[in-house]
Amino acid sequence: MTVGLEHYLVVGAILFGIGLFLTMSKRNAIGILMGIELMLNAVNLTLVTFSRFADSPRPIDGQVFAVFVITVAAAEAAVALALAVSIYRHRDTIDVDRIDLLKW
Amino acid sequence: MNDTGVVIAFWALSAITVASALMVAAVRNLVYAVLFLVLSLMGVAGLYITLSADFIAMAQILIYVGAIAVLLLFAIMLTPRAGRNNAESPFWAPGLVVAGLVAATISMVAVSTDWHQGDQGQFTSTAQLLGEALLDPFVLPFEIASVVLVVAMIGAIVLIRED
Repeated sequence: MTVGLEHYLVVGAILFGIGLFLTMSKRNAIGILMGIELMLNAVNLTLVTFSRFADSPRPIDGQVFAVFVITVAAAEAAVALALAVSIYRHRDTIDVDRIDLLKW
Repeated sequence: MNDTGVVIAFWALSAITVASALMVAAVRNLVYAVLFLVLSLMGVAGLYITLSADFIAMAQILIYVGAIAVLLLFAIMLTPRAGRNNAESPFWAPGLVVAGLVAATISMVAVSTDWHQGDQGQFTSTAQLLGEALLDPFVLPFEIASVVLVVAMIGAIVLIRED
């Protein structure tokens, strides 16, 4: 029994699918944000997997990309949560079905 | 990678990661959802270790399990009347179909493609290599990332300030 590139890629695909489902199905903005974090983690897992298994002259580059994705994910989480708290102060809800100021 | 320990670690960590990610979608209480998300992210950190990416695994635990989980919990505590409910919107069924199709498509492509595989990625230690890569070929994105972090920090403070 051996574990190879495809195994990790399938785990990443499943994780991405679960994150996508969370993003599309949850009503709470924080739940949607958790789905986005899961999707970013799935992409990171795929990048590190290719860094380990792909035939490349500089295999560390995949991990450098993963570092950048982690950085951007942290910035995105801080701004998105600040937005959620700010919307809650003004509208008393973070239910994305009820935040319909722009709906005609 | 046919070492028995690595194979067992891969299957156990994958099961933990996927099962707790499913629990994030299943539980009703948002606080429990965050705790299951932490478990899932720790499973991903373990998978990084089996891929010989030690620095990324430590960064994952520090940033996701340490910082982002605390940030999510704070956001839930600061939105008390709306925060605890993790219910689905009425359109969860089409979302499930689309997400399942996306995951199945990516999996099938990943399995059926003939990847060019090599063995250069088997590092003993990655911290020095990562530091050299960040400060030599990737120095411009590295500086831009620091600017992005400062802008995000200032933006979060401005958004959340009471006035």
